[in-house]
Amino acid sequence: MVTRGFVGRRQPPETGARLPPGQYLTDDFPILQIGPNPVVDLATWRFTLREGSRPIKSWSWDEFEALPRTTWHGDIHCVTKWSKFDTDWEGVSFDDLLADAGVAAPTGFLLAESYDDYTTNVPVADLVGGRALVATRYAGEPIHPDHGGPARLFVPHLYFWKSAKWVRGLRFTNIDTAGFWELRGYHMYGDPWREQRYIGD
Amino acid sequence: MSSATSVTEPVVFRWHQAEITAIAPVTPHVKSVRLRCGLAEQYRAGQHVDVRLTAEDGYQAQRSYSIASAPDGSGTLELMIEGLPDGEVSGWFSDCADVGDRVELRGPIGGSFSWDGPDGGPLLLAAGGSGVVPLLAMLRRRAQGWRAIPAALIYSARTRAEAIAVAELERFAATDPGVSLHLAITREPGGRRIDAALVADALARTGPPGKVFLCGSNRFVAAASALIVAAGVAPGLIRTERFGA
Ligand SMILES: Cc1cc2nc3c(=O)[nH]c(=O)nc-3n(C[C@H](O)[C@H](O)[C@H](O)COP(=O)(O)OP(=O)(O)OC[C@H]3O[C@@H](n4cnc5c(N)ncnc54)[C@H](O)[C@@H]3O)c2cc1C
Repeated sequence: MVTRGFVGRRQPPETGARLPPGQYLTDDFPILQIGPNPVVDLATWRFTLREGSRPIKSWSWDEFEALPRTTWHGDIHCVTKWSKFDTDWEGVSFDDLLADAGVAAPTGFLLAESYDDYTTNVPVADLVGGRALVATRYAGEPIHPDHGGPARLFVPHLYFWKSAKWVRGLRFTNIDTAGFWELRGYHMYGDPWREQRYIGD
Repeated sequence: MSSATSVTEPVVFRWHQAEITAIAPVTPHVKSVRLRCGLAEQYRAGQHVDVRLTAEDGYQAQRSYSIASAPDGSGTLELMIEGLPDGEVSGWFSDCADVGDRVELRGPIGGSFSWDGPDGGPLLLAAGGSGVVPLLAMLRRRAQGWRAIPAALIYSARTRAEAIAVAELERFAATDPGVSLHLAITREPGGRRIDAALVADALARTGPPGKVFLCGSNRFVAAASALIVAAGVAPGLIRTERFGA
């Protein structure tokens, strides 16, 4: 349906090709979250891998920092329509976490759990093979608390609500279990290139 | 944090056609836009819609806008859109939009940042700039039949002329003992910013809040939530919404 008089701001073709449908480019780093930043103390921070309620392995901050590091460079996309190009992240890949825990993924689904009680679901297949990190650095610096520091899940090929801020653990679940936004009408998977913003997209 | 509002059931958000039925300035930079639309009666105060504009050649742009109205049986809903310089979507609304024009809407989105009377209170609300829009909707909803619930609004704007719906907000506060308005005008002589004293005043009027909603720029929301937590409000009660950077 055409809107009278709307022309829009075209992107240069190179930019347009890099933007998923319905997204626009920003140089800012907008912030969206459900409440205030939780206070997370590195002295008591722990990151725990669980199967259901059973802990598989848990790391202190120092132990986590000693794990192999992976860097990632590229574009990120938020469901609220902004995309940001050429971002740099560093952290521990999901593969290295599993290797350090000495396990293979016991189920096909995960729920990321955060210090502010936020949760979000991601299929295990989307985390393995170097596709996802638990990130602790952005642009060469520790991640600012506004952006989820000290550690956030980082799954750049999905909308950014899947990259849970202030993450405190990953829980393997037997079935794909909706998290905070997925319970409120957001898509269970969230592929920006298929514009899977909300349930039914 | 799951206690702040009830969970809305998942719904399929489809695009609805909407037609502008009225458009009027609210401040020098903000316009009120009334739209007739199929989803006009199905939302909760505080929720937002996605607005999609389509050019002749099929090019589209989408942005989110909070709903300013409370459902009122009119088949229409109200948005309040601040025209930003070079803003792709807000620019169309401020420079071009007219009665009879058609856009598309989907929603209502954002069940966690929403309030209805049965959710209870007292309500502590704090807004910076156009962040007042979803909180105005909550106060309008409260006035429809939930006046027993105390509510305080802390509202920070650069100048009085830029404060959205300030006359309506002052009328709520003047005519309803359950509502208090705490203006922080930052760029005028004698102006102030939101500070601990302002938060203490608001809390003195409401008593311990049951629901807290903060909306505005990231800087405003970060400052306001720090002050409110420092005043002893449990962080888990606080819901935030941020309009961009
Ligand atoms: C949940 C939610 C609710 C919201 N509710 C409201 C609301 O009730 N009212 C409201 O007014 N807003 C609201 N917003 C903000 C709104 O969604 C838009 O972000 C806002 O209107 C700007 O969109 P735009 O297309 O006009 O500007 P954009 O085109 O996105 O530009 C944003 C800014 O960047 C600048 N800019 C961008 N590109 C360029 C360029 N190439 N050259 C120069 N400058 C550039 C623009 O000048 C502008 O200042 C809400 C946002 C969210 C997430």
